[in-house]
Amino acid sequence: MNATAPLTTTTPPGHGARADASAADPADAGPTACEHVPEACGNSAGSAQPPGVHASARIRAGHNGRTTTVPLLHSDGPFHLRRLRPRGDRARVSVIGAMSAPLGGDRLTLDVTAENHARLEVGTAAATIALRGPTTAPATYDVRLTVGEHASLNWLPQPLISTRGSTLHQTCAVDLAPSARLLLREEQQLGRTAEPPGLLSTRLTVRCDGRPLLDQHTLYGEPANAWDGPAVLGPHRAAGQLLVVHPRLDPGLPPLLIEDDPTAGHAVLAPLADVPALLITAIAPTSARLRRLLDTGLAHVLAATA
Amino acid sequence: MTRAALLVLADGRFPAGGYAHSGGMEAAVTSRDVYDAATLEAFCRGRLHTAGLTAAGLAAAAAAGHDPLALDEAADARTPMPALRQVARRLGRQMLRAARATWPSPGLDLLARVRPQGAHQPVVLGAAARSAGLTPLDAAQCAAYESVGGPATAAVRLLGLDPLEATALLARLTGELDEVARTAAAAAGRVPAEGVGALPAASAPLLDVIAERHAARTVRLFAS
Repeated sequence: MNATAPLTTTTPPGHGARADASAADPADAGPTACEHVPEACGNSAGSAQPPGVHASARIRAGHNGRTTTVPLLHSDGPFHLRRLRPRGDRARVSVIGAMSAPLGGDRLTLDVTAENHARLEVGTAAATIALRGPTTAPATYDVRLTVGEHASLNWLPQPLISTRGSTLHQTCAVDLAPSARLLLREEQQLGRTAEPPGLLSTRLTVRCDGRPLLDQHTLYGEPANAWDGPAVLGPHRAAGQLLVVHPRLDPGLPPLLIEDDPTAGHAVLAPLADVPALLITAIAPTSARLRRLLDTGLAHVLAATA
Repeated sequence: MTRAALLVLADGRFPAGGYAHSGGMEAAVTSRDVYDAATLEAFCRGRLHTAGLTAAGLAAAAAAGHDPLALDEAADARTPMPALRQVARRLGRQMLRAARATWPSPGLDLLARVRPQGAHQPVVLGAAARSAGLTPLDAAQCAAYESVGGPATAAVRLLGLDPLEATALLARLTGELDEVARTAAAAAGRVPAEGVGALPAASAPLLDVIAERHAARTVRLFAS
């Protein structure tokens, strides 16, 4: 109760920016501009509070024959995109939260493309916090990652946190060319400290050359069925995956239990079927412990690709 | 078609090797995560709405006549743990042998030819249901029931639980079971328009972890 009280009594940070973005709507008629979500208007008709934002941000990296360039950085809504200093020959972009998002009713899309031979890393500056917002309508947050031939993409966002009363449907759809390389990390935290979570649905779909490589859907928080039971999460409140797709990986590697302890968490490193890809599946009581498990797993993977 | 074919297919005595598997129950009992009727029910409900829903979708799509190889690939993508892929294929091979003897059909013969090491069990179950003249919803129902029937039966042996209690638990789950089967069959109906991505892909981290833990054990009662 007290954990969520501040949400209802104070304005979340960034709400001013959210209102400004909406006010700018009529001036910016572009198809990807922030706009009200018409179907979500019913709940708060007549109120000044916008029921949700539509935002679609895009990043495109290419290779000019010598190095990776990022010719397209289209910031939108809560996604403020910033170039970071390259690390070696890998271009880096950070997604900075320009407003509190996702809130109920928001429709957010982030599209990242690494064209042939490009090397790109995209991260987020802070955790993504799903909040209830002015309506109980679900929010959607769709990430699309496309990686071309001999291109390499690292998608390493900070955790996604589901807070009480929020409903978020998150998807991450990855399309890989046959020679593409990928390092992907996704972490979900269910509730802030001692807070029950909202409802969080996540679907991770990875396709290589058009064929399904990995398809996983999780549903955590009330009213999902038995999500905290002994088949799904048990007492753990942080879940995550780390996926590495790299032609040098040996698909015949035996699976490895990285950690298997009720207090430290559980993590398994295992090869996917018939492809050079390794997946680390981890759950832990806290997101800090989860990150430690994923980092340990990544160290094993890096040793396997060295 | 006859309705009774569904009873034959869903019967625990159908010789498809399911009795040797506990669906993660043995590992959950060993780690004391399941120890009584209440934790057993939470385990079964969790399994029904995750692995059960995913299996039901694949079975329904196979029963509707979708390309079993594409469905087998979709099953691989939905089964990231090697131990569970191995179990699914072994059970699939055993079920295919029983199904070809029970309801012979060119579809089952083809599946045996292209997947001699076994296709994923739900895909075979769906193809068998099709050969038996059953509907996609029947196949989904059968897969959903299997996802909880196996663990509940295993728990009786592992925990010395009252069999009446385990059966009452299954009876309490029948409403949710129907709902899962309907969701799965509806998703299978969207495959022609949307591809195999339309099928449920519900996953459960603990089921994945305990499957690998169990496979690594040398002393065990059930194969999975």
